[in-house]
Amino acid sequence: MTEKTVKQLRELLDRKEISAPELTKEYLKRIETVDKSLESFITVTADKALAAAEKAQERINRGETAPLTGIPLAIKDNICTEGVKTTCASRMLENFVPPYNATVMEKLDAQDAVMLGKTSLDEFAMGGSTQTSAFAKTRNPYDISRVPGGSSGGSAAAVGGDLCAASLGSDTGGSIRQPASFCGVTGIKPTYGRVSRYGLVAFASSFDQIGPIARSAEDCGIILNAISGSDPHDGTSSRNAVPDFNEKIGKGMKGVKIAVVKEFFAEGVDDEVRNSVMAAIDTYKAMGAEIVEASMPSLKYAIAAYYLIASAEASSNLSRYDGIKYGHRSDIVGSYNDLIIASRSEGFGDEVKRRILLGNYALSSGYYDAYYGKAMGLRQKIREEYADIFTKCDLIITPTAPTVAYGVNENIDDPKKMYQADFCTVTVNIASLPAISTPCGYDSKGMPIGMSIVGRMWDEASLIAAADAFEKQFSRIPAKL
Amino acid sequence: MAVSDYIPVIGLEIHSELLTNSKVFCTCSAEFGGEKNTRCCPVCSGLPGTLPVINRRAVEFAIKAGYALGCGINKFSVWDRKNYFYPDLPKAYQISELNLPICLAGEVPIEYEENGEKKSKVIRINHIHLEEDAGKLVHDDLNGVSLCDYNRCGVPLVEIVTEPDMRSPEEARVLVETIALLLQYAGVSDCKMEEGSIRADVNISLMRKGDTKFGTRAEIKNVNSLKSIYRTIEYEIKRQAQILDRGGEIVQETRRFDANKGETKSMRSKEDAHDYKYFPDPDIKQVNLRDEDLERLRAELPEMPRERTAKYIGFGIPEKEAKIIVSDKVISDFFEDALKTYDNPKSLVNFINGEILRRINLGEIDKTAPRYSPAEVAKLVQMSDTEKVSKNDAKEIFREMAEKGGDPEEIAKARGMLIVTDTGKVLEVIDQVIASNEKAVGQYVGGDVKVFGFLMGQCSKALRGAATPKVIKEELEKKLKSLCD
Repeated sequence: MTEKTVKQLRELLDRKEISAPELTKEYLKRIETVDKSLESFITVTADKALAAAEKAQERINRGETAPLTGIPLAIKDNICTEGVKTTCASRMLENFVPPYNATVMEKLDAQDAVMLGKTSLDEFAMGGSTQTSAFAKTRNPYDISRVPGGSSGGSAAAVGGDLCAASLGSDTGGSIRQPASFCGVTGIKPTYGRVSRYGLVAFASSFDQIGPIARSAEDCGIILNAISGSDPHDGTSSRNAVPDFNEKIGKGMKGVKIAVVKEFFAEGVDDEVRNSVMAAIDTYKAMGAEIVEASMPSLKYAIAAYYLIASAEASSNLSRYDGIKYGHRSDIVGSYNDLIIASRSEGFGDEVKRRILLGNYALSSGYYDAYYGKAMGLRQKIREEYADIFTKCDLIITPTAPTVAYGVNENIDDPKKMYQADFCTVTVNIASLPAISTPCGYDSKGMPIGMSIVGRMWDEASLIAAADAFEKQFSRIPAKL
Repeated sequence: MAVSDYIPVIGLEIHSELLTNSKVFCTCSAEFGGEKNTRCCPVCSGLPGTLPVINRRAVEFAIKAGYALGCGINKFSVWDRKNYFYPDLPKAYQISELNLPICLAGEVPIEYEENGEKKSKVIRINHIHLEEDAGKLVHDDLNGVSLCDYNRCGVPLVEIVTEPDMRSPEEARVLVETIALLLQYAGVSDCKMEEGSIRADVNISLMRKGDTKFGTRAEIKNVNSLKSIYRTIEYEIKRQAQILDRGGEIVQETRRFDANKGETKSMRSKEDAHDYKYFPDPDIKQVNLRDEDLERLRAELPEMPRERTAKYIGFGIPEKEAKIIVSDKVISDFFEDALKTYDNPKSLVNFINGEILRRINLGEIDKTAPRYSPAEVAKLVQMSDTEKVSKNDAKEIFREMAEKGGDPEEIAKARGMLIVTDTGKVLEVIDQVIASNEKAVGQYVGGDVKVFGFLMGQCSKALRGAATPKVIKEELEKKLKSLCD
């Protein structure tokens, strides 16, 4: 039961083949047996989940079902949940209980979706392995000795390990797509502004977007339908009309132009990954898509630009954690400055500190033009290069990550190498574009490989349709956990 | 050298809170006061995940402030974050505008007197930007703690930055007074110094007479009254002149004014200056204004002090009196309203500038919440002009109106001050007085006109305010003259 898609569960619930409380209990049972080794959740809200499921069942009984009524979901622990701890996987917010819901939570509540709990992440969503989490260093459901990716590693592992029907993650530089790829599931980063950021604890405000992780592209569309739309609490949320994101499913790939941007397949991408993604592109060709070649000369600067801008924004966003009003407060007694220095030194982990330092440096007087200013120039350049590529094509396909999931102790001590591994995903955030990652193969050891499909702004529906078309030609191998 | 050998060069950064109902980035009340930490929410107290959303009205008010100060308006303005740690700033950054502020250069004419001589000057405004106010810290020395009150956090604030165009403490004082008045008239700020809704940072340097290059300046932060601005500058001129006289150099630094001692003290030097690490706030979209929005806002600007003064002078009111009325918007608005009931500007001004302002200045009346209405005062002045009450009684009636409220005619009646000219009654009384004062009448007829006063007094006493002295006098004279014939 727990391995089914949201769409399948919807039918079972509506046909009363299973009740919402029964379904929730199935997942809670699986969490209890499996999550000790997977460590995908920081907080499991069993009582609240059962109460929500009861309420959902009443609604189902009344025949007023919404697409997510009674569907058990997991929520990344950087999305504020009223009355439920929201830790960002940081000691700094270990006991922070928000007195408000994120807008996406309000929207899920409106459909009577069921929240099973809060999933782990890299501390403050900074990282690609979920190993910087202060509370749950999540593992990969395909191989418990490997990382699930990150930062939404808990959300991706929980879906890949069948601990929830689907989940919400957040994506700043690949944090939905890369763990989805590592855990053999599908995840979409919507166009910037599509989903309200209100209640998403900010990492890099101009990049952050909330999005779904699920077992199919269509499931992603169902969840995206529920959480999208303009929000008076978020001035950067778009007023654009929200379509049915699944409306293009089944229309076929004939005549769709797909670009292969050569720089994304260059050195640094594992052969097995490259071959698998190229094979997927061939599958599209066989379905009638037209393949075109393109180039993005500025890709080599993307990582530097991304880390400068994201860290600059993060350094400012994370300044509010001073131990005065909420969050970790040091026992060290002294002046105001002594107190915040001690609280922040104790409350933040190394990766967070590294980025705060990097960001402050990039914004410092005398360095601003050379770092932040230049990075913003590159941001514009990358946007232009994407715009140019999209004059020749409808979609771009790239690997989601240069490798499959690696071992839990690899790369941890080499931040530069970790940052470099994000080169396939960050340009999408830099250019505010939507992108979906979906499994396209498995390596010789059975680890999932993901490809990313990138589209024009606001064209999530085409991404979902393309990913769905591929899924129908592809046999997924579920994790054996 | 003496202080008079130096020319002070003064520039101001004037901070004024805007009168919007809600705060600039959330929907909390922006009103002054309230129980501590009751006017704040997750957004203005900077809780994780919350986002600022710009209050359109605050932007409009800032634009109106710009128009009131003769500024150009920037159709594209960008919000920046000014980053620094301080407990009154819960996000650890203030949302402000650095490079693309909402209002561009402007000009404010000032007029003042120096040694009895009338002077006027134009002070240039560099720009005006919109930002959020910080919270308030309450230091409890007894318990050794500092407490934060976030009620003020996020109240919209304009910072008006002048060019270094002022050359005396009086010019600076008058500029702040003038700007406060313009903002009040524009309806965008109440500029109450005592509530901190207007305060200034003072930049000052000295140069020797004949020099063209400005000296090194000191910045005195957060000076919060007109008097303190004057005293701060006076003190700084002396301090800097003494240093220069000794051949010393002025250190570029930030200082604070201690109003109790009347001195400024160093806070931090240039080397210790904050690096605010400004960058564009990614949470707030750039504001793009359309021409029609700007046209509408300009058209919404009410009559300004200069126009009102000219209008009053046109009414025949002496310039000095007109300026007194205009210098207080509450009073000027009161006058405008009173005119609707009684269209006699001169009389109303005499009464307002005389009687009403006198009592306000004595602290007997709260001008913002008086017990009398403009219409009631207009009626009283009219009664006095048409001699329905005597001038002295009018003052007495007004005192009661100010204390307890009430209709002037009712008060006059109740207190027997109402003059009802009943000619029949007057003649009757005159006849009685003449009949019972044969001797005096005889003297008058005999040519001793001095007794007229006595007879007049007798009549007035018997009439007890039922007629004006003028009528009594006329009728009595008529009667006595007829006896002479």
